[in-house]
Amino acid sequence: MTVEREMEVRLKDVCKSYQRGSQQVPVLEKISFEIARGEFLALMGPSGSGKSTLLNLLAGIDKVDSGTITIGGCEITTLGDSELADWRAASVGFIFQFYNLIPVLTAYENIELPLLLTCLSRRERREHVLAALEVVNLTDRMDHRPSQLSGGQQQRVAIARAIITDPAILVADEPTGDLDRVSAGEILNLMDHLVRESGKTIIMVTHDPRAAEKAHIVRHLEKGILLES
Amino acid sequence: MNIPLSYSFRNLLTRRLTTFLTASGMAMVVFVFAATLMLTDGLQKTLIETGSPDNVVIIRKGAQTEVQSGVERLQTSIVASQPEIAIGQDGSCLMAREMVVLINLPKRGSNKPANVVIRGIGAHSLALRPQVKLIEGRMPRPGSAEIIAGLSLSGRFQGTGIGEHLRFGMREWRVVGIFEAGNTGFNSEIWGDADQLMQAFRRPVYSSLLFRLADVTQFAAVKERLEGDPRLTVEAKLEPRYYLDQSEAMAKFLRILGITLTIIFSLGATIGAMITMYAAVANRVSEIGTLRAIGFQRSSILAAFLFESLLLGLVGGVAGVFAASFMQLITISTMNWQTFSELAFSFSLTPTTVLQSLGFSLVMGFVGGVIPALRASRMSIVDALH
Repeated sequence: MTVEREMEVRLKDVCKSYQRGSQQVPVLEKISFEIARGEFLALMGPSGSGKSTLLNLLAGIDKVDSGTITIGGCEITTLGDSELADWRAASVGFIFQFYNLIPVLTAYENIELPLLLTCLSRRERREHVLAALEVVNLTDRMDHRPSQLSGGQQQRVAIARAIITDPAILVADEPTGDLDRVSAGEILNLMDHLVRESGKTIIMVTHDPRAAEKAHIVRHLEKGILLES
Repeated sequence: MNIPLSYSFRNLLTRRLTTFLTASGMAMVVFVFAATLMLTDGLQKTLIETGSPDNVVIIRKGAQTEVQSGVERLQTSIVASQPEIAIGQDGSCLMAREMVVLINLPKRGSNKPANVVIRGIGAHSLALRPQVKLIEGRMPRPGSAEIIAGLSLSGRFQGTGIGEHLRFGMREWRVVGIFEAGNTGFNSEIWGDADQLMQAFRRPVYSSLLFRLADVTQFAAVKERLEGDPRLTVEAKLEPRYYLDQSEAMAKFLRILGITLTIIFSLGATIGAMITMYAAVANRVSEIGTLRAIGFQRSSILAAFLFESLLLGLVGGVAGVFAASFMQLITISTMNWQTFSELAFSFSLTPTTVLQSLGFSLVMGFVGGVIPALRASRMSIVDALH
């Protein structure tokens, strides 16, 4: 007897190209794949292969030329700009290579940011932020600004911000690219923990084979085409 | 929901020097704007407070000021017979027949001549003006060549100190007292006995009549009767209205001049704010991309940057108004073109001026910030994140 796994992410014939001068440069060509809930996917490939573009499309910050993307039952390719913003607020957590924390806000306030888009009360928001800080083991650094934290700590704050709204998927663009080996290891362990313990679906773009080892599935992109796994 | 206000506030604090310089530019413009309004308000306040609300001024029909006016003795008697005029403690009508002439006096120090109002007063002139108080010396004796000088005038013109002598109207006049008239135009006048001054200046007519109404609601009836009387060629005005009319032309000129200057300066300050906000947007492209990616709408980004710019304007506005508030300590004197006389007045800071100045600073902040804020809100997320 086979158990049908619930698919969290479905891409069908996704194409994307960019205009460069008068030329239309294809970046992704007819990309189709599925990711089940709670899976950790690593996207690898050389620079310019379209990894980040694919990640942007999955995260709803860029739009496809053709094809469909369905995440958690919602076909995001049909959503308008404002609806996409609402969808991102509720369904996606971002982990960037350079952490992208707001420098004038403390770790606590950075983590709280996505919750400002919900209707939670101040007290409820505090409870959520403290729980997230505990997950990333940074409770003692909650009042520090990003400039007062190490790279690894900043990335942990970024992860706490990414999971604070309990999104369906986490997208990570080279999350260990700016970290030393020890910190990178900690971040990957934390991501692995989120998959195992919280059942998060993670899509990670990476050049680092050690990072890719943590993923359940590794897919390779080359010149905009997804290679067979 | 919007990006927290602390985000905008702290970004301004982070860029302290830029914020300080931009806000200083705005503060200077607001200072000029507020000072202009304070100058106009001070002038009008001085002239309006010169009048008492239940006093009626009678001048010749068509005359704008007492200097241009002439009321014959017979006509003054007809006016004096009006039953609405209040009765003083001595049982006589609270009415003063006054004469106003302009003379030229040299200023102390500079020796530069300026026009000064000489007012011939009657027995009730002081009673009709409760804001006028003798602060030094005594009142001039009727029938004598004695005068008293207004406080703001006595310090600034030669021969106007107590015990000093002035020569005009082919006579020598002795200053026997100094009077203080609050924040009013009388402070810049010299007063003496009306009949003595009329003889000295060979004036057969009075310049004006001033009387108090027993009931101010009767003014319309008195005005109608006096102005309709075929024996009279006079015009009746409530005293505050009379002085307000006098201040209008000068106040208008000051307002137009000041606001024109302010608008020119404000263009510079607004461009300064715009450059600052453009730099703020350029420095925070990645933050904008992150906030948009997290799920903040374009409108939230627009609001955050606009709020930052408004805050910048407000900081400049508060600093400008604060600096301008010290102008209240300064008293300036200028020519009142309506009466051709010297008039001393102070800058006056009113709540309306404070609100208008802060409003003006917010407008500068808004105009300076709206285009950079729109640019920030319209950024492509992908481009911003790269």
